[in-house]
Amino acid sequence: MSATALVERDFAVPDIRCAGCIAKLEQGLVRDRRIAAARVNFTEKRVHLSCTPDTDMPDLIGAFSNLGFEAHPIGAGPDEIDPAAETSRELLRAVAVSGFAMMNIMLLSVSVWSGAAGATRDLFHWLSAAIALPTVSYAGRPFFRSAWRALRHGGTNMDVPISIGVLLVCAISLYETATSGPHAYFDGAVMLLFFLLCGRWLDSVMRDRARGGVTALLRNMGTGAMVVADDGRSRWVDATALEPGMVMLVAAGERLAADGVVVGGASRLDLSLLTGESAPQAVHADDLVHAGTLNLDAPLRVRVTAAGADTALADIARLMGEAAQGKSRYVRIADRAARFYAPAVHCLALMAFAGWMIAGAGWHQSLLIAAAVLIITCPCALGLAVPAAQIVAAGELMRAGVLVKDGSALERLAEVDRAFVDKTGTLTLGRPEAIGLERLDIGVRSLILALSQASRHPLSEALTRGLQSYDIRPADVTSIRETPGFGIEARWAGHAVTLGRPQGGDLGDALATELSVDGRAVATVRFADRLRPDAADAIRVLGREGVEAMILSGDRAEAVAPVARDLGLTAQTGMSPQDKLAAIGRQAAMGHKVLMIGDGLNDGPALAAGHASMAPGSASDVGKNAADCIFLGDRMMPVVQTVRMARRTQAVVRQNFMLAIGYNVVAVPLAFLGFVTPLVAAIAMSGSSLIVVGNALRLKRAIR
Amino acid sequence: MNGLAFLIPIALGLGLLGLAAFFWSLRKGQFDDLDGAALRIFVEDEEERAP
Repeated sequence: MSATALVERDFAVPDIRCAGCIAKLEQGLVRDRRIAAARVNFTEKRVHLSCTPDTDMPDLIGAFSNLGFEAHPIGAGPDEIDPAAETSRELLRAVAVSGFAMMNIMLLSVSVWSGAAGATRDLFHWLSAAIALPTVSYAGRPFFRSAWRALRHGGTNMDVPISIGVLLVCAISLYETATSGPHAYFDGAVMLLFFLLCGRWLDSVMRDRARGGVTALLRNMGTGAMVVADDGRSRWVDATALEPGMVMLVAAGERLAADGVVVGGASRLDLSLLTGESAPQAVHADDLVHAGTLNLDAPLRVRVTAAGADTALADIARLMGEAAQGKSRYVRIADRAARFYAPAVHCLALMAFAGWMIAGAGWHQSLLIAAAVLIITCPCALGLAVPAAQIVAAGELMRAGVLVKDGSALERLAEVDRAFVDKTGTLTLGRPEAIGLERLDIGVRSLILALSQASRHPLSEALTRGLQSYDIRPADVTSIRETPGFGIEARWAGHAVTLGRPQGGDLGDALATELSVDGRAVATVRFADRLRPDAADAIRVLGREGVEAMILSGDRAEAVAPVARDLGLTAQTGMSPQDKLAAIGRQAAMGHKVLMIGDGLNDGPALAAGHASMAPGSASDVGKNAADCIFLGDRMMPVVQTVRMARRTQAVVRQNFMLAIGYNVVAVPLAFLGFVTPLVAAIAMSGSSLIVVGNALRLKRAIR
Repeated sequence: MNGLAFLIPIALGLGLLGLAAFFWSLRKGQFDDLDGAALRIFVEDEEERAP
């Protein structure tokens, strides 16, 4: 072992599924000399490596693929601290502190309620104060900050009554303690903070978890290309370090890491992520090519013209910015409730104070009752009502393979009544699938499998995937050799066999491959982008749920027509990103809430503009970033499940609000009349919170 | 009343101990991978490697 410092690297590995994967990765990776330590984070589907500085990125990725895993490098490591993860850590610390304080104060309060009097009671009150005041000043900071921000901008939010309530109650309790009064509400104030912090923390955990999942899916982060230097040698350069003028060597089956101009080679590119077009496009020298497209046939040399943040077509980036502004106007249901709730609470407390003053109770007694009103109406259950339901729903959806980015996405999804669906990659699988394999002879199939599994070419992989479902053994072939741009050749029982581009030119631009033995064509396999297996069912069920679907495609009408006919949908074809945006705008103007489902870069603005949006896990990075939810796998049913779940969640949230209001209807008059002692407040608060959380838990197992 | 002089500090001390333990485990990353921790009991120990 050398004494050189090790470098730390993080990889997203989406395929970690079981304990076996953890063992395989952690024990397999360190067999590579250059990797000193490997640690799997199962929750975030990440692997953290410590390796020697001379290890290249392709070598590390190769170490993963030797073990059978696909790895995508992420971030630069420990020096960049994730601000969102830091927030939820801070909240968790606050929850812990307030939980500790709540329990200890409760311990003291119970003895006061069960009859401690005189000096003992005073001592207990002082002790409570000694615990509560530091706790409030530490754990209450998230609320005070947010309330202060709202007040400074002349608005109000849920945090304003919370902050005023907690501070007022603490001040009055301190006064009570100092004057040896019978009631101190320290337990109430701290318990309130505890329950509310739980709600906040749940909310941020949900966002973190989805964000972690999305990061694992974003494969273009940290990718790169082999760059050919002037002296002819090639080296790996990270996508972030690519500069205009460099010449990239793009192998067949690789995605381009930057925009550029072809300077050598000829091939066909799959543009489906970029434009939605399903037919591959032939490129030759001097053609302009874009980042994110997939090289299908032969190696290309591409001179970089734009790299990094400039690659995403400037137009689309601008459109997305504009479209996203519309969405930020959405006000979350809890904040809508707060708009009415906060003024109402303040008025009630003020009225209680004024009423008792007029009745001649003295300012001390009046203030005490006003504080009781504030603490009893404080939206304790309300603060939990929304996040508790949403996190349970998001957890269930995650189990079904849907990542929900935040709670407001669920709220918006529940309201949709129109769906616009992209074709390529969304209704279809977005990758070539071999068709007609069942018509082939078993000997031919095993021969094709033997050849195709030796190659990483996209078409070979499609063949391997298709043939593996037939339970056949690959034929015994020897001396396999792959020629880029041509195909694979090998020897089989004394014959020369090849699998490659069809020699006859009558296939047009459709993708096909041909098996020939001793130069004679034996079988031709065509490829097509198939519909997702349950697309028709999903669209039908969606219709039954009252969401009318329609196809918006950037593809040509001839390519869209068969899909539209199969699904019985109307379609608009040849649409540019602007057209899609305009179509959503028209529906929105008619009062419809549009769910946009799409995957490509060209869908990005539409995904950002839709009232809610979903993207498949195979989508472009832009699509995944813009969408509210991401569904994984080949099936389309998760889309329907998500809409259903969102509606059910919304129903539970509404029930929770009704419960909270019902509780207030009972509790507020009691507080008004001065019957709410600290004991009653504690019971009411914890009781209502438990009921709300219990109701939210009903969402568990709601899918099925 | 005399008992309280012992009992209250003990109760608070135990609570603080729990809180400190929680913070320690949070800082040590014990809560970073909750699902993974549940699965790790199935992972067999690494085979003996030459020192």
